[in-house]
Amino acid sequence: MITNPKVVLLSLLVGGSLTAVSATDPSHDKHDKPLVVASKNFTEAVILGEVLTQLLMAEGSAAVHRVSLGGTPLLWKALLAGDIDAYGDYTGTIIGEILAKEHLGQGADLAAVLAAYGVGMTRSLGFNNTYIVGMRADRAAALGVHRISDLAKHPELPLGFCSEFIDRSDGWPMLRDRYSLPQSKVVGMEHQITYRALASGDIAATNLYSTDAEIKAYNIIGLEDDRHVFGDYQAVYLYRLDAAKRSPGLLPALRHLEDRIREPTMVAMNAAVRLDHLSEAKVAAEFLKSIGIKADHINTHRDRYQQIIARLGADTRRHLALVFLPLLLNIAVGVPLGIAAARWPNFGRLALGAVGVAQTIPSLAMLVFLIPLLGVGYPPALAGLFIYGLLPIMKNTYLGLDSVPLHLRESADALGLSRLYRLRALELPLASPMILAGIKITAVLNVGTAIIGAIIGAGGFGETILAGVRHDDMTLLLMGAVPAAILALLIQTGYGLLEPWIVPYGLRLSQGRAGRRYRPKVRIDPPSRSPIEQLGHRRYFHI
Amino acid sequence: MLKATRVSKGFAGKSVLTDLTLVCATGQTTVLLGQSGCGKSTLLRLFMGLLWPDSGAIEIAGTLVTETNARSLRRDIGYVTQDGGLFPHLTVRDNILLAARYFKVEPAAQCQIQPLFAMTKLSPELLGRFPCELSGGQRQRVSLIRALILDPSIVLLDEPMGALDPMIHRELQEDLKIIFSTLRKTVVLVTHDVSEAAFLGEKIIMLNQGAIVQEGSFADLSQKSKEPFVVAFLAAQRSVAWPNEQATVPAKKAVEHGARHDH
Repeated sequence: MITNPKVVLLSLLVGGSLTAVSATDPSHDKHDKPLVVASKNFTEAVILGEVLTQLLMAEGSAAVHRVSLGGTPLLWKALLAGDIDAYGDYTGTIIGEILAKEHLGQGADLAAVLAAYGVGMTRSLGFNNTYIVGMRADRAAALGVHRISDLAKHPELPLGFCSEFIDRSDGWPMLRDRYSLPQSKVVGMEHQITYRALASGDIAATNLYSTDAEIKAYNIIGLEDDRHVFGDYQAVYLYRLDAAKRSPGLLPALRHLEDRIREPTMVAMNAAVRLDHLSEAKVAAEFLKSIGIKADHINTHRDRYQQIIARLGADTRRHLALVFLPLLLNIAVGVPLGIAAARWPNFGRLALGAVGVAQTIPSLAMLVFLIPLLGVGYPPALAGLFIYGLLPIMKNTYLGLDSVPLHLRESADALGLSRLYRLRALELPLASPMILAGIKITAVLNVGTAIIGAIIGAGGFGETILAGVRHDDMTLLLMGAVPAAILALLIQTGYGLLEPWIVPYGLRLSQGRAGRRYRPKVRIDPPSRSPIEQLGHRRYFHI
Repeated sequence: MLKATRVSKGFAGKSVLTDLTLVCATGQTTVLLGQSGCGKSTLLRLFMGLLWPDSGAIEIAGTLVTETNARSLRRDIGYVTQDGGLFPHLTVRDNILLAARYFKVEPAAQCQIQPLFAMTKLSPELLGRFPCELSGGQRQRVSLIRALILDPSIVLLDEPMGALDPMIHRELQEDLKIIFSTLRKTVVLVTHDVSEAAFLGEKIIMLNQGAIVQEGSFADLSQKSKEPFVVAFLAAQRSVAWPNEQATVPAKKAVEHGARHDH
């Protein structure tokens, strides 16, 4: 048969994924590259990113906002790599985290040091968002804790900090050493979760930012930093010096925002997003309006939910591209590697070991690691998903081939079949249930891992889920999570439909898993008919 | 003609065949008889070129089997294993024609299907079935057809009836005898079943621990054997086959056959 249905479906799959990729690839042509503003993954950073982006657009520059790209190290790497042009950060973070190797004091000339990296820095935007240690007011009063040093008297208190705070040298390690804090129960979590944990009593104290909107809403008090551990965290924008040259609009816009945002303004903007559930875009537009800039050409009037529904199609296409293109690459690479592993056991051990080790790298670490090589957005996500998806397909191919009974292999050899023919006619069909199971595992795995891809700007449903986490908004979370779950279910169903089509009927029958419906048509009579018989048939048909 | 000259073969330091020399004549049915583990299946695999002797030489129709010609020589050999070795994902028809397709002789092979089905007393309806839909006896018959489809001059059978119940066993045995005597192929059959060897073997080679104990017709073995192992082996199976005669028959036989036996 020439029109093999499997070939047709495969080409449809490949074609479909490629179209999905090209349709959603954000990299436009390089000549007119818009300024890329990025933001870290918390509300205030997103608002600052949105303010700058809208200002640039209002002043006539082409700009895009990579919302909620990730944590400090990721943004800094992306900035150095030229994948983003500007983002908002804090002086304390720059000194203690980004330039920690330089051992700068509080009064150092940051701009000069940053210039060596090709990075410029604005003056303070007008507010200091330093760390504070917060407790629920009632609990603090009951325990008599008013200052951070009072915490040392309560070693049994469980503490929880945002993950970044636990890791950075000017965060929990410094706090613990300077105040000699004895607490052993210390957990790391997402910043947005800490308020809930604090409210529920799971943790007694956490690090907060002084401009956080929730401080009031959750009735939290800030403990006095009586040993002055936390330095100055003036909000600034970092930007690439070459971007300022390339786009003359960037520098005036940045200068325009210096000293413009006071602490109460920032708290109010944070509260508008986190507590009143307005979009960052709308809040930013309102702010710009208050300083006399009209940024109404962006769809800030549209409700965030409507925005998400409007881009559901694009998100779905992108998510499909994140799931199926790596999957196709995995099949194209993993199955041959699995075959090679079964053929040459030494190579197999080595290759399966290497792929297994790659699998153990945490997905976030993997994505960050790929940024200097591939930038941000779709390519590193694709590469990461490819690396993660390789093991199940490769290993299952290997195991499937390895589990072909020896006596069947011997029978094939006894028939005088070549090794290649034996593989094609016998071993691969017998291994097909295992190989298909591996493909399913990878596909379902990809749906989940693709969500993490949103952190580095790969798009898809993860973007909505991240926004949901950021806004502490269950509806938003579900708007991202439900389509992802549906996709995973569809893949499960699709696998069930695909199985009878790929796994030979006889094999399923022998394993008691075959419906009669799929029974292939088999010619029973050997084609040996005498001319007289043929004549008889014709007469029969004509009557 | 199959010939093994001074063949030795061991696995992981354990010797399976030691300095074995034998000839299976053309057009004759030779039975390799012995206990399990005596090296008879290993010998078949050596003939097939699926294993290589540690020392000694294997010849098929006067040609020395080497790594380079083993696969082409195999085309002239049909092979039936204990469980049939049918591929579960292929229909009976595809199982039978697999090798023919590979060697691109499918039309010729298709013409063989009907006569072979008639000869093995199988209904052509089975062509569309899968191995798991066949009875044990049917599977072995299909396996035999697969072995014969390319009209090889040599057929090797490794305990072909080992997994069958006695009734089927008997039927197949009788059919095999007719088929072998009709086709006059060089047949080597491996078994541990004395009655099977007696029924089918024109020549019986008795193996014990990798060496030939005795060879000859069944009459030679059962009546003129001076080898205690041969006598004991034959007697043991007779006592298992007729448990109520257990006490008397071996003794009677042993006396009849001239072996010493104290009452």
